[in-house]
Amino acid sequence: MALRHKKTATVEQSINQSFENMTDDELFSFAGFDEKAAEKTGYSNYSYWRSTVQVFFKNKTAVTLLILIGVILIFTFIQPLLPGQHSATQIFNDANGMQLRNKTPNAEFWFGTNSIGQDLWSRVWSGTRTSLLIGFAVALTEALLGILMGVLWGYVRRLDRLFTEIYNVLDNIPQTIVLILFSYILRPSVSTLVIAMCLTGWLDMARFIRNQIVIIRDRDYNLASRCLGTPTRRVIFRNLLPYLVSVIMMRMALAIPAAIGNEVFLTYIGLGLPVSIPSLGNLINDGRVLMTSEALRYQLFFPAIVLSFVTISFYIIGNAFADASDPKNHV
Amino acid sequence: MLKYTAKRLLQSLVTLFIIATIVFSLMRLMPIEGYFQNFDKLDQNQIQAALKSMGLLDPLPVQLKNFYIQILHGDFGKSLIFRPNVPCLEIIGDKAPVSILMGLASIAIALVLGLPLGIAMARGKSKFWDKFGTAFIVFITAVPAAVYYLLIQLYCTDWFGVPILFSTDDPSSWILPTVSLALPNIAYYAMWLRRYMVDELNKDYIKLARAKGVSSKNIMKNHVFRNAFVPMVQYLPTSILYTVAGSIYIESLYSVPGMGGLLVNVIQRQDNNMVQALVLIYSAVGIVGLLLGDLLMRAMDPRISFTKEGGAR
Repeated sequence: MALRHKKTATVEQSINQSFENMTDDELFSFAGFDEKAAEKTGYSNYSYWRSTVQVFFKNKTAVTLLILIGVILIFTFIQPLLPGQHSATQIFNDANGMQLRNKTPNAEFWFGTNSIGQDLWSRVWSGTRTSLLIGFAVALTEALLGILMGVLWGYVRRLDRLFTEIYNVLDNIPQTIVLILFSYILRPSVSTLVIAMCLTGWLDMARFIRNQIVIIRDRDYNLASRCLGTPTRRVIFRNLLPYLVSVIMMRMALAIPAAIGNEVFLTYIGLGLPVSIPSLGNLINDGRVLMTSEALRYQLFFPAIVLSFVTISFYIIGNAFADASDPKNHV
Repeated sequence: MLKYTAKRLLQSLVTLFIIATIVFSLMRLMPIEGYFQNFDKLDQNQIQAALKSMGLLDPLPVQLKNFYIQILHGDFGKSLIFRPNVPCLEIIGDKAPVSILMGLASIAIALVLGLPLGIAMARGKSKFWDKFGTAFIVFITAVPAAVYYLLIQLYCTDWFGVPILFSTDDPSSWILPTVSLALPNIAYYAMWLRRYMVDELNKDYIKLARAKGVSSKNIMKNHVFRNAFVPMVQYLPTSILYTVAGSIYIESLYSVPGMGGLLVNVIQRQDNNMVQALVLIYSAVGIVGLLLGDLLMRAMDPRISFTKEGGAR
């Protein structure tokens, strides 16, 4: 709305200005017919992406969270390079060679140390890095697979019936079971976790893309493109997919917290990453073991707080972006 | 209806068959340690002999055929490590009643708490309940269940003075696990019921009813809620899936002697046959849940026709 007000204001201003420059004679005589002016048409400099960004930036919470997430993301990568940081996997000993176990937060170890004397501060950031890496990898793979299958499913009519039947069968398999089964069989590592999570995640994305493509594939402009002999690939990339970019991005934003949560779940039931690789799931699981002793609960809280912050942020950003990308909410 | 039911039933059977095949083939890729109690002490000949006696050295198609025959006879093999030589179904049969009872109780709690929350949110947009409900839904859906389950166990046991671990005899130890199990479903029901009720409230016939002078209470009760409740039925299967996933956590957190805790236990001890049996049973539960949801939906609202859509859900 604000944008519209601004436009009206500028138009008003320019009209007033032109009036001011006229003499009284000019103002009270008839205007002649100007052929050029009659040919002028309304012009709107509406751009989908600019409006999306504008609406998104009105949501102060989402913007703040987006900035914070950006800062955290950068920080997880530069943290080991900063001066005075401890290694995430090194075990620290005191002067007598004893391990510095379960030290509460202090000036040397900002988040304290864990049960075998490792620095929790660097472990939390290293773990956040691993978890975010898993989240992004899963979101990206799901998006790629989902788009590929969805486009094939929606655009190639002969495949529709076959794909629908396959989808109905696959969609019935509980996702938790697939996750457990594949992690049980594969040796736990970052890549196997990502594979196990991607196995079922792309189904929803594919179905969504398919439904949208079925709706718009035979619109007039696509028929025109086909008649003019535009190659199918160009029709898909130029005519169909740009329609779906906003929703694809939203789905990716929501897939990240889901993947991070799945990692915690798998670690909990004993199928997560090996303890040598810090991840938020591993840290929370370590903290859980010690949580009955009140003085040691910080080992659960620090990773849990970071984890909750990251997942809630992605969730809110994703939803805010979905609202912003809906043209109904534009000026 | 009959045609749809038959088609849907067939689909579920095919899914179950495919899952059984996948589970079977994947289990053959497992390290063979999972078939022995004392793998390290055996020499190569003994291992080969034992594998042969279990039929694991037969060609794959033969093994697959035997596996199908076994399952059709309701035989899921014997536990190998967890409780050696006891049939898997017997162990699971001991544990299942607690899980089923707890799952049903949690779904009941979710309905009792989630639906009123959804109604309260739809009634006064931007009032206290709407804000509270939105915050609750964002928290529950965004934060991994592991984190808030842990915090509930940590603090609520102190505050309410209930035992931290589960025991079948003590009814107060049922409260926390069941309520925790219900939390995701409460958020889920409240979210969707609110959405459907708000949609319904914006329809023209509601305006007409208001103009005629029907009281707000009657509009809510007789028109909005009744119409909004029908699509809620389709969320029943998903809530069963949530309950299944949640029970795996909850049961091992509170050491509930149920199937979820058992699954975690046998995974950690690598008992291949038990994992295989439990995974099959859990997938069957999930598939039956989805089937029930579809059929119930169809029975509740005769306006919906699935067959026209070619069976797509």
